[in-house]
This record gives sequence, structure tokens and C-alpha cells, in this order.
Amino acid sequence: MKTFITAPAPHAHSGDSVRRNMLLVILALLPAYVVSVLEFGVGALITAAISVCACVLTEWCISRFLLKEQRQTIGDLSAVLTGLLLAFNLPSSLDWWIVLIGAIVAIGVGKMTFGGLGQNPFNPALVGRVFLLISFPAQMTTWPVPHGFNTSYLDAETGATPLYYLKHIAKTGDTSFVDQLPALKDAFLGVMGGSLGEVCALALIIGGLFLICCRVITWHIPVSIIATVALFAWIGTPAGMEAHQYVAYELLSGGLMLGAFFMATDYVTSPMSAWGKIIFGVGIGFIMMVIRTWGAYPEGMSFAILIMNACVPLLNKIRPQRFGEPKKA
Amino acid sequence: MVNGIMRTFKIGGVHPQDNKQFSAHQPITECPLPKQAIIPLVQHIGAPAQAVVEVGAKVKVGELLAKAGGFVSANICSPVSGTVTKIGDWTDAWGASGQAIFIDVEGDVWAPEIDRTPDLIRSCTLEPKAIIDKIAAAGIVGLGGACFPTHVKLLPPPGKKAEVLIVNGVECEPYLTCDHQLMLEHGEEIIVGIEILKRALGVDRAIIGIENNKKDAIEHMTKLAQTKLGIDIMPLKLKYPQGGEKQLIDACIGRQVPSGALPIEVGAVVDNVATIYAVYEAVQKNKPLISRVMTVTGKKVAKPGNYSVRFGTPIEEVIALAGGVPADTGKIIGGGPMMGRAMDHIENMPANKRLSGLLFLPEAESIRPEEENCIRCGKCVQACPMGLEPYLLQRLSQLELWEECEKHDVMDCIDCGCCVFTCPAHRRLLDGIRPAKAKVGAILRERAAAAAAEKK
Repeated sequence: MKTFITAPAPHAHSGDSVRRNMLLVILALLPAYVVSVLEFGVGALITAAISVCACVLTEWCISRFLLKEQRQTIGDLSAVLTGLLLAFNLPSSLDWWIVLIGAIVAIGVGKMTFGGLGQNPFNPALVGRVFLLISFPAQMTTWPVPHGFNTSYLDAETGATPLYYLKHIAKTGDTSFVDQLPALKDAFLGVMGGSLGEVCALALIIGGLFLICCRVITWHIPVSIIATVALFAWIGTPAGMEAHQYVAYELLSGGLMLGAFFMATDYVTSPMSAWGKIIFGVGIGFIMMVIRTWGAYPEGMSFAILIMNACVPLLNKIRPQRFGEPKKA
Repeated sequence: MVNGIMRTFKIGGVHPQDNKQFSAHQPITECPLPKQAIIPLVQHIGAPAQAVVEVGAKVKVGELLAKAGGFVSANICSPVSGTVTKIGDWTDAWGASGQAIFIDVEGDVWAPEIDRTPDLIRSCTLEPKAIIDKIAAAGIVGLGGACFPTHVKLLPPPGKKAEVLIVNGVECEPYLTCDHQLMLEHGEEIIVGIEILKRALGVDRAIIGIENNKKDAIEHMTKLAQTKLGIDIMPLKLKYPQGGEKQLIDACIGRQVPSGALPIEVGAVVDNVATIYAVYEAVQKNKPLISRVMTVTGKKVAKPGNYSVRFGTPIEEVIALAGGVPADTGKIIGGGPMMGRAMDHIENMPANKRLSGLLFLPEAESIRPEEENCIRCGKCVQACPMGLEPYLLQRLSQLELWEECEKHDVMDCIDCGCCVFTCPAHRRLLDGIRPAKAKVGAILRERAAAAAAEKK
């Protein structure tokens, strides 16, 4: 009697895979990366290459030699994505060995100590970045000025980011710095100082919309973050600046767009339900603006996301709307 | 109407490839009679039927073989004529065992009261009670897959009143086309069947829900229902699992059946088109449920099609009609790919009330990919049409936290498979959720029994 394969239903699958999702996010990051290479030159290439290679290698070594896993997971591309996102969050002129340390911390401490993909409570790339920010505060806040594509790596001219000026204006009310801000058009297109991948809002928005269209992410987290930041900035506009101008600078500066579309939406470290995602996004936007306005650092996106990452288990207690249940909200 | 915004259910759902092109529009073909028929006594939800014939008895087509074994149970009438040779243990191709009646087929002699002419009989003046009795006698069960005895649905519990009959012409399972073809070929009988059920239920409104991938069926049924008062055709946006009873009610009338309740709670009774065709035959032609239309299909099947098969016919004979088992078949599924059950073998397996189709999957599509870590993407939560959290239920089930499973509404799970279908990490969520449902179900029954004992 010929027998056939038996397994419980369903016998069909959507064809989606972890690898496909990671690949789509990497694709969505490419426009911003191209801009970054054009702005910051070879530094952007070297930093990203070191970060990605180090992340993949760290994951492979830990899984092979420490955990002695039979199956290697680097093929799912999640380590590549972590590496790329870490690089996006670093200044392109950072010393290579600092990038290396960041990558080892991101994967080693941020991801593998918890059991690998899916188990980590905090966004690994941000764990790496914040570790570096605290360990190497000077190097991590030295921003190369965009000069078009150049071949110099470590000697790039450096300068302050718009966030530095915004904070100064907000704190002191000294509006003479308003002139120092880049034109809004430049801020939108990414002609300003900042981390490697965060400067071009346009490219990041294009990538983010692509991810929403491909159903890799949903709108809830980015929209709630951006809306919260806009509202906060609008209410808190310092004297001497137009509200719309201040809101626009807050939205286009720093890691906001990168964070909203690519870092906060990390599957593993964000909530499951729609309402959970919205609260998560509002929390990030609020905490970030508090840090930007009153904190010691000019930028608070990384901290805001990490703090809200810690709230995710709690936010996952929010149940989705059950079928047949009276409407909640 | 078709061009407007179409309705669908509100929570979750997925879009599998419908793959209906292989067997769609293949005319219903009669499968020849077998030499021996195997008639299982469990072909429905509820208590097994009890045999009323003895070994050696001569039976005619349509005569009662086994009577309903309880309130929720169904009669089984003989699909063939011949001699009962054995009543005994039997195991099906899914591994479930029970009793079956074996009949050696001799000729094709029908019980005299059955009207075998093809004439359409429109008028029905029977009282509701008489209609329901005839349906019960005919052994009709829901042919959409659940096999719930139909006459039980038509007897609402005291205090509940049906307002609308919802007719399930959705056929949301990919590949299957038997209901589609039945609507095209026997639409008039289905309309009469609907009139009969409306009469039995005392409702003046019926809605036929049909998904928009069956435009010809929508048009055909709309034309037939034109002159009928109180029968509306509702084209529905394509989305799985729209044929689920609760989802279909939500899509058609915008009411959601509460957790643990029956459709009658929101005034609805749902019956599948194939069930309604059986009702027509039972009430108007005195013909009990002895056969059904099955889809035999698959990408490599030589002659995919829709076959009318008498129950008890070994499926090997139906498969032979469709050109045999394709060479590289890895899995044979009884039913559709989302909720159907894979068969271990095809020998000694008869067509029966619950077998809506046979699907042959090539080897490459038969092996489940290896599971990866859950990446907490939440896609299972988005896909679940009941608004549950499949990732959580699976984890709670693995930890054997049955009370927690209960709190997270595991009993609402309808087994539709959307979560597994959508999971990018290929996690076998239902493999954890199914046992949790069984455990929690047992706990609930125990609790009810204890409460009842305390009352006494």
C-alpha cells in the first residue's frame, strides 16, 4: 500500500519568509544609502562594510563556537540588516575599530545573548549605537559635513548638526542661530550633517512607503511617531521661530525618519496589536521630544526607542479586537 | 451591484491563490457504482449513527441503514442496493476508527417512494415540522465541511427566532469548485430548496453569499432569484475564510456572533448550497442524502473535474475517473488546502458526507518548511479572522498553561489556518493551538459537570 505525506492543515503557505522580509527592508534602505555615499563619500562605504561584515561574522562565530548550533541563521539576513542599520546610525567618519566594537556589541550583547533572532527585547543596532555613544561620546558626536562624494575617510571636515542649533534655540531663546540651520529643502534632501543614513528624509520616506506597500510594516508606528513629534513641536515652538518651520526642522533632523520607519518598526522589539503599535509610537515620539528639548543629548531617538522597547511586553497585553466582542475604542 | 464596494468580513483574513481554474466549469460527471460499498457510521458531528440492518439483509437505494444516535446525530441511508456482508470495525485514511457497514452491490434498485425523474417540483405546502422531519429522515448534514446535522440547525432553542437564512455559496477553499458547479447546473433546485428552508424556519428573507471569483454563478443565481421575493444575491469580496459561518454572517448582514454562541444568537441560520440542494431532493423528491459532488483536482491531475459520487464508493474509483494519482504526488488531501486533511493512503477509503474533494499536491508542495524562530512580526495577529493572538496561544500551549489559553479565548479558534498560512517563520501555530482547544474543551466540560452535580 502506497502511503503519502500526512501533516495537519493548512497545506498552503503565503510564500512569505523571514529572509524575504529582511531583504525587503534592506532594499528599502538602499535609496538612503545611495544618498549617504554621495554625501559622505568613501566613509559611508567603509563604515557600512565593516559594520555588516562584523555583525554577520559575530553571529556566525557565536552560533558556531559558543552555542554549537547545527543550523546557522546568518542566511536569514537579519544580521546583515542589523549591520546596515547600525552603520546608518553612526557618523561616517568613525574609526574602524569603534565600528567593529559597536557591531560586536549589537549582535553579541543585543541579540545572541537572548537566544538570537526573535528573542531580543531591545533593537540590537540601537544597543550597539548607544553603547558607542556612551563609551565614545566625542567620536560619536563628531559629524562630517556633507561635501558631495569625496575619497577622504577620517579627515572629513566636521560640524554641528541642525539638532544642536535647535536645542540651543529652544534652551536659550537665542534666535541668531536660526540662520545657521540648513535650508528646509537641504534638510529634506539630506544636505546636512548627521549619522550616515539618517540625513535624507526623502529617501527614507520613499523606503518606508515601499515597506508599507509591500506589507512588511504597517502604518501605525511611523505615523504615530511622526504625528506625536509634530504635535509636540507645534505646541512647544520657541519664541522667534514660526511653528511650521520648527515642526519641519524637528521632523527632518536627526534620526527621526530613520527611527520611525526602520528602527521602531523592527518586528521583534515592537508590539503585535494595532493599538499596541500606536501607543508604542506615541511613546517614542514623546520621549524623543522630551530628550531633544530638555535632555543632555541633542538627539533622543535611540533612547526613546530603547525605552519603549522595554514597554513592549506590557503593550502586548493589549488584546486585538476579538470577533464578536463589543467595540472597545 | 457587482460594481459597487463589495462586502466582506471585518477582521483578518488572507488571500491564498484560488487555483480553481483546473476544475472550474467541468460539468458534474456521474461516478459508476462500486462493487462493494463501505458506509462509515460516523459521517457527521455528534453521536455515531446506530445500524438498523443486520448482516445478510438486502437493502435498496435510499433505505435506512443506521439511525441517528442522539439529538445531534444523523441518519444514514443506503447509497447502493445489495447485501449487507459485514458490520464491523474500520479505520479511515485519516487514522480515525469506528464502525462501518459493508455492502456487496447488486444492481441499482431504488426504494419505490423516491422520484428519480429530472422534473423540477416547485411547490411545497408542507408544514415546517413535516419539512424538518423529512430533512432529518434523509440524513442531511452540512456539506460545506462541518457536517453538522441540518435538522438540528432548523430547530432554534426556545426563545430564539431566526430572522434570515444565509446561503453559503462562497466556497472559499482554494481549488474546490463543486459548489460553484452545483450552482451553475442546479441553481433552480437550490432556489426551491431556499424557499423550503425559509418556510421551515418561518423567515421571509434569504441572502446567498457568493465570492466574486464566481461571476457567472452570481449572474446565474441573480437571474433565477429575480422573480422571487426575499431572496437576495450578495457578491462578496474575495477573502479567506469567508465561508466560515461566523465570517459569512458578518459579511452578509454585518452582525458578529459572540464568542461561544450559535448563529441563531444574531438571528441567522447558515446553510451551504450543496446542503440546500440535498434539502430540495429530500423534500421534493423523497431522495435521502446518498451522494455528493466532489472536486478532484490538482496541478498535475490529468482530468480534474467535479464528480457526483455515491457514498461508500472507494475513492480509488473516483481517482481513476480523473486519470489516476499523478506521478509526483506527495500529499493527497481530503477537502481543500486550507482546512482539508491529508490522507495516509487511498485504499479502503469511501466517499462520504464530509469529503468535499480530493486534492493532489506535488511532492515539492507537500513538505512543510523547517520552523524558524518567531520574529514577533504580528502577521498571525493581523491574519486571524477571530481577532486572536496565535503566536501567544501556541506559546501558552507549549507551556501547558491551559487556563491562560482559555483566558486568551483559544476556544474561539475556527481552525481556518490563516495564521500558519501567513507566518514568515513557517511556525506550526495550529499544531499547538489544536491540542490546547482539546484540553480547554475538556476542562470546560468538567467544570460544567461539576456545576451540574453541585446543583443536585
